[in-house]
Amino acid sequence: MNDGRSPEPVHSVRGYLFVYFALLAGTGLTVWASFIPFGSREINIGIALLIAGVKAFLVAGYFMHLISERKMICNVMGFTAFFFLSLMFLTLYAMHDFPPTTVTH
Amino acid sequence: MDIPYTVQPRPDTGVYNAKMGIWLFLASEVMLFGGLFSAYVLLRVGADAWPHGWLNIPLGTANTFVLITSSITTVLAWVSLKNNQFSRFKLFHAITLVCALCFLGIKSFEYRDKFMHYEITLANGKFADGHLIGKSRDFDLAKKTGSVTLHGYEVDQEVDLMDLHRPEARHIQREEITIPAVEIKKMGNYGPWHNTYTAIYFTLTGLHALHVIGGALVIGFLWGPGSRMWKTDPERFTNRVEVSGLFWHFVDLIWIFLFPVLYLL
Repeated sequence: MNDGRSPEPVHSVRGYLFVYFALLAGTGLTVWASFIPFGSREINIGIALLIAGVKAFLVAGYFMHLISERKMICNVMGFTAFFFLSLMFLTLYAMHDFPPTTVTH
Repeated sequence: MDIPYTVQPRPDTGVYNAKMGIWLFLASEVMLFGGLFSAYVLLRVGADAWPHGWLNIPLGTANTFVLITSSITTVLAWVSLKNNQFSRFKLFHAITLVCALCFLGIKSFEYRDKFMHYEITLANGKFADGHLIGKSRDFDLAKKTGSVTLHGYEVDQEVDLMDLHRPEARHIQREEITIPAVEIKKMGNYGPWHNTYTAIYFTLTGLHALHVIGGALVIGFLWGPGSRMWKTDPERFTNRVEVSGLFWHFVDLIWIFLFPVLYLL
């Protein structure tokens, strides 16, 4: 019945389980790190976002197979990442670009 | 009329059309949530004080575990079809659906908690904060009649309600407080209108929950009536499961950022 299947390699279940447990551990680590005073809230935010970034890479790379995906799709997501990061950069940049009459707290 | 490239890769893109379509859709979704994350950053930086500890971390953590579990069952459902194991596919997709319902159940509980949580500005300048137990039958804030009962506490300044992670806040004793309407200056729950934090919290998590509902409906269809296609066109059905799985993983990916940003930081 399935003779006409595409010849894509079937990914190992063991590999998926490894990613799954890494994601669970990453979640636990995020919660633990949020209660540790690293000196400033900015450092805590940076650490939490770093762990979230690694978890996002695991989901996108392995569960969504982006690391083994066709070049066309990688290009599309590469452009998306560029525009997303540009948006975040502009947001952060705007925080230092108040009009002179603005009252800051 | 046959729809082309539902199974075979299109020569110019190298993938079947639905896969190209879902990736383009996900690209637009990244920018949608990116805009809202950008709004979050601006609101947070511009706020005089930003709340901490307003959300239930154990529930948020549990929901993260639930979504991660649903992600692996989705991918294992697809692997099962690739290995020609239809019954295993049904099992894994059923687990995904249960996880989706579990996530929505926990989220609904959290939303209800926020709508039952009130902040009351008292006439003496103090603030009462807590969960609503009940209102007297004649309670009318405009006419200043009756009373309202909360399970909570009073503070001198509103800013004391902001950081519930600070050491002093952990020792606050909550008790039943009955407040006559004549002593109430202003009263409101922790809905989206409460402040910019609750506004962006409900916007981000509400939009995410809509995605969970949409994804669950598609997965439910593929698990139920849609699975008949396995008998007639198994490869196309497998591709449908892959495409729905890509969307589901994206929903998980967004939550990976929402959880620390809203619950922990």
